[in-house]
Amino acid sequence: MALRDELGPYFGEYGGRFVPESLIAALDELDAAYQTAKIDPVFQEELANLHKTYTGRPSIITEVPRFGEHAGGARIILKREDLNHTGSHKINNVLGQALVARRLGKTRLIAETGAGQHGVATATAAALFGMECVVYMGEVDTERQALNVARMRLLGATVIPVTTGSRTLKDAINDALRDWVANVDTTHYLLGTVAGPHPFPVMVRDFHKIIGEEARAQVLELTGALPDAVTACVGGGSNAMGIFHAFLDDPSVKLYGYEAAGDGHLTERHAATITRGRPGVLHGARSYLLQDDDGQTIESHSISAGLDYPGVGPEHAWLADTGRASYLPITDDEAMQALRLLSLTEGIIPAIESAHALAGTIKLGKELGKDATILVNLSGRGDKDMETAGKYFDILDAAALADEDAAAIRSGALGTGASE
Amino acid sequence: MSRLADVIAARKAEGSGALIGYLPVGYPDLATSIEAAVALAENGVDALELGLPYSDPVMDGVVIQRATQAALAGGFKLRHGFDAVAAITARVDTPVLLMTYWNPVVQFGVDRFADELVGVGGAGLITPDLIPDEAAAWLEASDRTGLDRVFLAAPSSTDERLKQAVDQSRGFVYAVSTMGITGARSDVDSAARGLVSRLRAVGSTSACVGLGVSTPEQVREILDYADGAIVGSMLVKALADGGVDAVAAAATLLATGKGPVEGALGLPSSTVER
Repeated sequence: MALRDELGPYFGEYGGRFVPESLIAALDELDAAYQTAKIDPVFQEELANLHKTYTGRPSIITEVPRFGEHAGGARIILKREDLNHTGSHKINNVLGQALVARRLGKTRLIAETGAGQHGVATATAAALFGMECVVYMGEVDTERQALNVARMRLLGATVIPVTTGSRTLKDAINDALRDWVANVDTTHYLLGTVAGPHPFPVMVRDFHKIIGEEARAQVLELTGALPDAVTACVGGGSNAMGIFHAFLDDPSVKLYGYEAAGDGHLTERHAATITRGRPGVLHGARSYLLQDDDGQTIESHSISAGLDYPGVGPEHAWLADTGRASYLPITDDEAMQALRLLSLTEGIIPAIESAHALAGTIKLGKELGKDATILVNLSGRGDKDMETAGKYFDILDAAALADEDAAAIRSGALGTGASE
Repeated sequence: MSRLADVIAARKAEGSGALIGYLPVGYPDLATSIEAAVALAENGVDALELGLPYSDPVMDGVVIQRATQAALAGGFKLRHGFDAVAAITARVDTPVLLMTYWNPVVQFGVDRFADELVGVGGAGLITPDLIPDEAAAWLEASDRTGLDRVFLAAPSSTDERLKQAVDQSRGFVYAVSTMGITGARSDVDSAARGLVSRLRAVGSTSACVGLGVSTPEQVREILDYADGAIVGSMLVKALADGGVDAVAAAATLLATGKGPVEGALGLPSSTVER
């Protein structure tokens, strides 16, 4: 069987459904609706039309020779998911699931979010389809991604800061699951990555595989050959599965997933799940996870909120074990330097998440040399990361920002009394 | 065959049913959690459900989340779960089940976990995030050791899945009273009555209702149609607010719900729905 044909619920020994019985009926209902939609030309046309007129697909590819000079002179081609509406690949999955939810008669979408990109995409789809939207976001993340919280609220979503556990993405998923158990009749849980119980890993992958399908044809057209390697960053792993999938059965194409290594994968502060974790059960599936000897989940650390997750999708765990894909760690600093390099050499500011893929590509290019072609999934744009980057490179005029804030407060523009 | 089923059957033979009480191990500390569990057993609770604190308890509401989080912050280790079962079973005859999310068992090793539990006198496991479909290793280990295994049944479950839960459970089936998570509710959903009747139809002789149960009146109402009532968050709250004495008092009060209806609470019988 072709690797592309894996349909779950298991990928090797990974995947499955480790959830309370109360959710099984909803997962079965979702699976059935998705299976029907997948082969329904009306659904496919609806989604394709949305991608054409709303998302902005197909996304282009961009060759980046000046950046490539720093990557061993290799030919580097970016798949520009950063140019999608809402600024990342997340919209691909969100529109697909929202359409399925609508077919199921659900009127309320709930989602978890880390950096806020998936939350923004979900809030966008809810606004587009006239659905109620609740986004769970760890309290720590609402503080470090305040602008995305404002975006979601502007789009009509309710953002609930999660105050339990480590108050980050994994706890937001826990609260979203609790909400779903209690409101499953009206509510669809729009999970944002290729993790969770079946059918999420396979369904989310399918909604993102358009990335690789487009890119494979685009690279063939541009270069007349398949790339030697395809690279992507991996948190939960949705953008990586999206671009890997079309190449799974092209044995000449090497696949590389770059995990967030934070301060370094040998320190205590990282999110390098496959590199440093071991198999276990979290959030409904068996996969690699960061855990202590007792099986308690360990908190992850990354400068990139979108990769700051102690688990990973089960299909990646399987691709890692079988050796079809390789997963390597990239530190915060390596990612930030790559972010700056792409900005300086090509005029493209990537998301910090995607900068991990760029940093890995620099190393890989040096390894493969100038004859190699490497396709990189540029999964998101960096606008949301300007505060982090500004502080990191000490190019943010913090005093001026503070003055601006203070002036706004003095004039009452940010105060609660502003509307009175 | 199953100590738990025997205890439940005995309570039923008396014309009542079993009261099952939940408390987490290690909250507020290991010694107090053991004392509190013993206090439950000594004040009318027929079976104990000891929760193992876990970092990602998706089935639990805020009361239990706070307690288990505090236990983890206080240094809870899996080992303490077995220590607690050993200490409790040395003092009381009441069957002790562990309630645990699945990953800690996987990491400990399913067979090793079962053997340890037997060694300390435990009766079995309640597994809130393990469905029978994924439980091959646990089915085998529990058959080998004779431990009870309690799977959940939900109002949303199909008849086919209810039958699977009944067939694969030993001791009792945990009938989830409502679509939701743990936490006291003023009304235990009427869905519970319907669910138990559906469980009966697929052959259940031992079905206990949990989620939202917090008063003797609710216990009585449940025992009218089910074989046991499970109380959790209310006991955890009592422990948080008033320590072991408050837990003992709460158990005593809840146990009045097991008694004969007339005058058990000094209430006119008309206030008790039958």
